[in-house]
Amino acid sequence: MSHDNSSRSGGFGHRLTIAFTINGRGVTREIRPALRLIDLIRDDLGLKGTKPGCLEGECGACTVLVDGDAVNSCLYLAANIDGKSVTTIEGLSAGVDGPGLDPVQRAVVEHGAVQCGFCTSGMIMAIESFKRQCDTDGVVPNRERIKKSLEGNLCRCTGYKKIIDAVQSLFEQVQGADGAS
Amino acid sequence: MKKSLKVIGKPTPKLDGHLRVSGKAVYGHDISLPNMLYGAILRAQYPCAKIKAIDVSKAAKLPGVVCVITADDVDVAHMSHKRDHPVLKKGEVNCIRDEIAAVAASTKEIARKALRLIEVEYEVREGIFDPADALQEDAPGINKYARGDEGKNIAQTFHYEHGDIEEQKAKSTCIVKRRYVLPRVTHCCLETSVVTADYSQSDGRLTLYSSTQVPFLYQRDMARVLKMDPSNIRVVQPVIGGGFGSKLDMYPFEPICALLSMTCGQPVQIAFSREEEFVASPTRQAMVIDLTTGADAEGRFTFREVEITKDNGAYTSWGATTSFVMMQTFSSLYHAPACVFDARAVYTNNPYAGSFRGYGNPQSTFALERNIDLMAEELAMDRAAIRLVNANYKGEKTGQGLEYATCGHKDALDTVIAKSDYTRKKREYKDAPSARYKRAMGFASMLHVAGGAKIYRSDGCGTTVKLDNFGHLIIITGSSEIGQGSETVLAMMACEELGIDMSKIKVINTDTDIKPWDVGVHASRTSFVAGNSLLGAIGRLKDKISPWAARYLKTDIEDLDYDNGEIGCKTSGRSVKIDKVVRELHFQDPNVLCMESYYYEPASDFQDAGYKGNVSGAYAFASQAIEVEVDTYTGQVKVLDVYVGQDVGRVLNPLGLMGQIEGGVVMGMGYALTEELVVAKGQVVNPTFHNYKIPSACDIPEIHFYPIETHDQAGPYGAKGVGEAPLIPTPAAIANAVSNALGVEINALPMTPENVLKAIKDRP
Repeated sequence: MSHDNSSRSGGFGHRLTIAFTINGRGVTREIRPALRLIDLIRDDLGLKGTKPGCLEGECGACTVLVDGDAVNSCLYLAANIDGKSVTTIEGLSAGVDGPGLDPVQRAVVEHGAVQCGFCTSGMIMAIESFKRQCDTDGVVPNRERIKKSLEGNLCRCTGYKKIIDAVQSLFEQVQGADGAS
Repeated sequence: MKKSLKVIGKPTPKLDGHLRVSGKAVYGHDISLPNMLYGAILRAQYPCAKIKAIDVSKAAKLPGVVCVITADDVDVAHMSHKRDHPVLKKGEVNCIRDEIAAVAASTKEIARKALRLIEVEYEVREGIFDPADALQEDAPGINKYARGDEGKNIAQTFHYEHGDIEEQKAKSTCIVKRRYVLPRVTHCCLETSVVTADYSQSDGRLTLYSSTQVPFLYQRDMARVLKMDPSNIRVVQPVIGGGFGSKLDMYPFEPICALLSMTCGQPVQIAFSREEEFVASPTRQAMVIDLTTGADAEGRFTFREVEITKDNGAYTSWGATTSFVMMQTFSSLYHAPACVFDARAVYTNNPYAGSFRGYGNPQSTFALERNIDLMAEELAMDRAAIRLVNANYKGEKTGQGLEYATCGHKDALDTVIAKSDYTRKKREYKDAPSARYKRAMGFASMLHVAGGAKIYRSDGCGTTVKLDNFGHLIIITGSSEIGQGSETVLAMMACEELGIDMSKIKVINTDTDIKPWDVGVHASRTSFVAGNSLLGAIGRLKDKISPWAARYLKTDIEDLDYDNGEIGCKTSGRSVKIDKVVRELHFQDPNVLCMESYYYEPASDFQDAGYKGNVSGAYAFASQAIEVEVDTYTGQVKVLDVYVGQDVGRVLNPLGLMGQIEGGVVMGMGYALTEELVVAKGQVVNPTFHNYKIPSACDIPEIHFYPIETHDQAGPYGAKGVGEAPLIPTPAAIANAVSNALGVEINALPMTPENVLKAIKDRP
């Protein structure tokens, strides 16, 4: 991270340069120190799939992965992704499976776990992170554990049941060759 | 049914599901137009005050601000069906939402900063926050634009009656009178309110990217307010991030956004923050219901007397008209020989109420079903038995004139009674030793319109279908998708009728310049009304295609079968590809395109002045049995199992249907247990998800759903509307269960631990 104080005008002119990876692509950007990650993603990078639900860390609609961990991008300073790897919803369908949907996305569609869809991007990123964690730990979670993992993501349409079903299905499939990164 | 169906009744994922899970669906917040500005609205600081002066000069001078407007800068008509709502407020404010000024600037940050530079001098007044106070003789008039012909501070009244109340009272062995108090709750769409307005000064045309549920009424209302020709307004609906009734009205931020764009000559977007969403978007009506009901010695219902006072807030929205639906429950849910219903919406300085899934019905069902439990208790009858005695039936014409061509009420009750193992559990829980955790079951039923609701002059929907030269079908429907899955159901119907694969069907439904008229997505009407409209259009399309195909295949039209992208002859087995037929019709004399339109109007009545008439093309019935466990130490209510029996006419898409059931039940659970928009002296106290608790994944019960298929002749494939029904009985059934578990009377919502503990403490 490099600081550019050339304007010497205090807070307003202060800029940071950050270098990071987003959806597998290396990017360097000059940003305001107070810039939130969600604003960098949506407004600067134009990745509108990440949704602003509350901008105060309560609803989870803006969840993205930073080095594989699910974070609320509304509560995360863009400056903190310097040197890190960010995955947004757009990064999933372009994943190792080639074009189309990744297994989590496919499960959500097939189980009818999407209605209006505004919570869905964040929900899917939270599920991705949970699935990876379970796979790493060699755990097959029960239904209560799955519910707990979704607690930070609000949905007003589905009543959650189909979302929980979709997550559960990911662990019921025969372990194939798709160790999605 | 004459033949087995190929797609209808099979679980079918959402047509555009792949877009919604991959971040490619474009919502209102994602719209970005060249040269677009960001708008922000200055709202009242006090819920009741005189505005002595507004000074916007500092805000206007802030670099990046393009324009600032107040009521003095615009020439607009008042909003709402009562015309009592100024778009920008002048001289006084009467509600904490009141819009005083608006700014358009190059960034959101600058727009918000400019708001802080606007200086408003107030003279604070004592507001009126309780409808009872507003009805006092000496109360000041709250809304100076109110017509007042129904009484001071009364926005709207409804009076309905049928039968002979006195005669029925004389027949009654038991009469129960109670007061029910229902709180203010709000929709909590995950997407906050947003609109983008793009006015073109060169041709005077306005394009609005809006998440309205009623694009054609919105176009008309917007034109009236802005004094424009409606045809110069184009409404484009991006993907809508939740509706639930919240987008049935037009709200001030929408014409304000248009006015900013008209002033600047640039596109302007206004998007609410979550806090603004809680403060300035509509609510379900808070209300007090006084209900008296009677039953004879055998438990047969005799009469209902209802008086309702609704907190209208400072202005009138469609919310004031929820009485249309509320009175149906009192007049026609269970057989009701006599009913008298009076409701009034009273102005206060509180945030104003709007429409919300169920449209008053969760409130009326709560009151009625609580009273039924109390009558059962008084008559020493079983709670399930008293309901079965009075259940609605096929062929019933109710006192209000609703005609039940099909009716699954009794089946729904029987189903949930059996499936929930009620009889055994009732015995078991009654004999259970006194313990910290108490379990019990509660019942509630509901009646709701399920074939549209003719409250506007037309309740119809138009459809155009276009079969292209490559065998793909485009459905252009007037109806709107708000996440409920109507696009998918329409595509399934087309697939069923024309044998065209789902992947070759597109649904176009987002642009008033293109799509035919529709009254809007509300009243659980879309699958029914838009479905029938589509089937009408497809019928006309087939009238064009079939004669050619029959000639080509040397057979009769009746012998044709549309399947697998082909039209086949059932007897000879020969077939022709459907796209070939389209091309032949197109390229051969007399050269016709395979494109047809149809407008469907349900065969329902516009009710008379006494609100009598068969207002819907079909009616939905549902019963729920809900089992709860109450922690008597903490007051925590845990909903364990919800058994839902619902007359859906016919299952069209089980996947979408289950989504409506589960989503509705959980939304009803939030209303029952945790949700309340707390308003103190006109100020919203809890405008965050942290303090306004909607259910999370951890809170959900097991939901067991049993569709009751009654095959209504009027519905597409026999289907009825389903969207609102599942949440309507849920709060009532939970309250009955909690009351039964504790031996208390729960006559108010929400049943927070605090309120439950209080009920236990106050137990006689």
